[in-house]
Amino acid sequence: MVGQRLVEAVRDRDGERRWRVTVLSEEPQRAYDRVNLSSYLDGATAEDLDLVPGGCYGADGYELHLAEAATAIDRTARTVTSSGGRIISYDALVLATGSSPFVPPIPGAGLPGCFTYRTLDDLDAIRAAAHRAAATTKGRRAGLVVGGGLLGLEAARALRLLGLSPHVVELAPRLMPLQVDEGGGALLRMMIEELNVTVRLGTSVAAIEPDGSRLLATLADGTELDLDIVVFAAGVRPRDQLAREAGLTVGQRGGIVVDDGCRTSDRDIYAVGECARIGGQVHGLVAPGYAMAEVLADRLTGGTASYTAADASTKLKLLGVDVASFGDALASAEGALEVTVNDPVTRSYSKLVVSGDAKTLLGGVLVGDASKYALLRPLVGRPLPGDPVTMIAPVGGDSASGQGAGALPGDAQVCSCYGVTKDAICGVISGQSLTDVAGIKSCTRAGTGCGSCLPALKTLLAQSGVAVSAALCEHFRQTRAELFELARAGRIATFTELIDRHGAGGRGCDICKPAVASILASLGRGHVLDGEQAALQDTNDHFLANIQRNGSYSVVPRVPGGEITPDKLIVLGEVARDFSLYTKITGGQRIDLLGARVEQLPAIWRRLVDAGFESGHAYGKAVRTVKSCVGSTWCRYGVQDSASLAVELELRYRGIRSPHKIKAGVSGCARECAEAQSKDIGVIAADNGWNLFVGGNGGFRPRHADLLLSGVDTPALIRAIDRFIMFYIRTADRLQRTATWFESLEGGLDYLRSVIVDDSLGIGAELDAAMARHVSAYQDEWAAVLADPAKLRRFVSFVNAPGTPDPSIAFVAERGQPRPADLPMPRPLAVTR
Amino acid sequence: MTWTPVCRYDDLLPERGVAALIGAGQVALFRTFDGSLYAIGNQDPFTGACVLSRGIVGTRGDVPTVASPLLKQVFDLRTGNCLDDETASVPVFAVRERAGQVEVSA
Repeated sequence: MVGQRLVEAVRDRDGERRWRVTVLSEEPQRAYDRVNLSSYLDGATAEDLDLVPGGCYGADGYELHLAEAATAIDRTARTVTSSGGRIISYDALVLATGSSPFVPPIPGAGLPGCFTYRTLDDLDAIRAAAHRAAATTKGRRAGLVVGGGLLGLEAARALRLLGLSPHVVELAPRLMPLQVDEGGGALLRMMIEELNVTVRLGTSVAAIEPDGSRLLATLADGTELDLDIVVFAAGVRPRDQLAREAGLTVGQRGGIVVDDGCRTSDRDIYAVGECARIGGQVHGLVAPGYAMAEVLADRLTGGTASYTAADASTKLKLLGVDVASFGDALASAEGALEVTVNDPVTRSYSKLVVSGDAKTLLGGVLVGDASKYALLRPLVGRPLPGDPVTMIAPVGGDSASGQGAGALPGDAQVCSCYGVTKDAICGVISGQSLTDVAGIKSCTRAGTGCGSCLPALKTLLAQSGVAVSAALCEHFRQTRAELFELARAGRIATFTELIDRHGAGGRGCDICKPAVASILASLGRGHVLDGEQAALQDTNDHFLANIQRNGSYSVVPRVPGGEITPDKLIVLGEVARDFSLYTKITGGQRIDLLGARVEQLPAIWRRLVDAGFESGHAYGKAVRTVKSCVGSTWCRYGVQDSASLAVELELRYRGIRSPHKIKAGVSGCARECAEAQSKDIGVIAADNGWNLFVGGNGGFRPRHADLLLSGVDTPALIRAIDRFIMFYIRTADRLQRTATWFESLEGGLDYLRSVIVDDSLGIGAELDAAMARHVSAYQDEWAAVLADPAKLRRFVSFVNAPGTPDPSIAFVAERGQPRPADLPMPRPLAVTR
Repeated sequence: MTWTPVCRYDDLLPERGVAALIGAGQVALFRTFDGSLYAIGNQDPFTGACVLSRGIVGTRGDVPTVASPLLKQVFDLRTGNCLDDETASVPVFAVRERAGQVEVSA
């Protein structure tokens, strides 16, 4: 990770390409995100964890050699020999060999079933062993994690994801002894044990023996544990062997000794990251490594940057528990005072370490609720803006944190991943007239690393005078979600009622009218063209078709799951031919017929409805398609019947109106031919049931979906999707896809899972009932229009010439099909009133 | 001034528009929430498509407006001026109701 960061930093600074860079990587993968390694067992793929930007290697002198380790350094000849037999000469050599897991000298530590936790290969091996255990061990499978630090708790999460009950053994008297104090450790232990992780403190593993197909571990206190897997996560050691063999100075307890410019005892050799000993210390966190990479990149490109004090601050979510530690967390400074607020009821422990006069913040520990981290961490070493207790007191609202952000000095680092100061952020906010966090991210990279500073970015935006208004538009001060609740609770059925009771003046606009129309439709308040609703719809919903650039419309009938009979396919062909429609297969496995004039739509739909088609809602912010592969019925690899499930889901959710379109996919096996992970709702078949992914997106900003549930049966799957859709409809902003909605949820995936699976908000039954109402009330919008002469009358091009086609719509032929003729642009006309 | 009858007033939905063919030209005709009538050119100056009658009607401040259904630029129904781009405008036409009949002068 640090090596990759160095390469990118050099690339950024060395615009003239004076350096040619060769990277040797022992692992067969490109640099990947080890910090989030356990997500590899939670749906993330190796590609998701990949850290290498496109175009980083392969051109302009940047080369990457995978699965090729450096085996020797010849300092005299200034060459490096690789395991592939390559001899590479260097002007400057950087060692970024990282560290290796420390395996304590325990009898049996090398037995099959014992693993370290460091690389993707390690995780593949652990996963394979877990699967083997699933086949051979009856009843509960168990795993032991040796080490209760940060890495150990991550490993415990990994075992949990693999369906094992984890035990964690830690020699120290508390979990995360390096970051968390006793009080924080106690709360952390309580919260982690609630997740059925057994924690054993103050003891160690004495021996591991084989026991049939399993393992038996004996602890120093005599406890015996029956296990399927043992994972060693008891710390790391710097990988300095190559440096030792080359005669470079290494520390007594390991680590390549470097100066504050990351230079080793050889002036042409440098070391960065966990293999380096800098300022007498070896660091096991990524942030100091990244800081070293930035310093060295500056030095290599002519700068004079120096590495200063390491920021060993961390904020993590371990097994869903927030833990943050910053500055002098363990109060080691002389005379330091500790101010603690410990609330086991709300599951929150906060401690600030302050100077003897209580004026300067030295460090702190947050467990359970780490939301104040982003505001407290930059204050380390600086005067506190207020009484320390009020800074961490569990007061209502966000007054304390708001005050914290305001009190940050300009040169305080807000984003420690990319070293972005408050001044830099405020500078781009005003200089570039930014109005959102996304803008700050793209201008400064702040917030794109660990994300812990995002709350601070929001505060800075708000304080810079940018009114981040949540109001829907000038006519409603409320957000869409608030309007939804007002309409739901107040049983409001019309726009007039809503704007009269809750509006801010005026009569609506093209923002609030369709938004309210969608809310009313989601609440089941009748056909989208009934009564006043008709006037709220944008033209697509008004004509139940998609407007095209020349004012004609497209027609997309529903083809559930992409499955269609030959007879129906023939009807589509005949209709397209008879009405001279351009025909194209869509990405959602259906057929788009384009070029229909308004007055043709009823005749087209009469034919389609008679043939058994119904509206596909391609025109609406609604559930669109459920894409599928053929699944186990046909495919030799399929493990479940994905096509049947896709049809069932599409028929269940058809017609539901939502804040934005919803796309879904069902794949019959892990090969994922339906591309479900790029959908709002993605289902992938597994041997033991369905895996449900949510929040995926193609389009403008592609996003892979997150795994919400795994191994569930069809009823449980459908209930989870019901709730997911209804919760999204209730709470999302206008035109917010599930991907951005999901990313905006405080608490993220764990929170969403708690709402949907554990019903933590107590609204599960309401959501279920709302979906049941939708399913039973569904009617085909087009069939309803065809049966209603008043609605049909609107489908004319001209009110005074109903039979006349719009003469401005014309087509020319291209590749045997019609396409819109280029439109004459109007000349500016004088006002004639 | 020549008035062309177009439709009955009751044919118009409040807060919605229709298109009318007058000679070779197209007029977008709107009835707003307070019963007022407006008529502007139907051709969207940004795309050339004859679609303004199908836009969403509303208000911006005190101004009665319609938003183009294609790229959403908002027009003042009284003046035809585009409120999002001062270089663009559409023609406006006189419109009145007589004995339940809507008439346009174009």
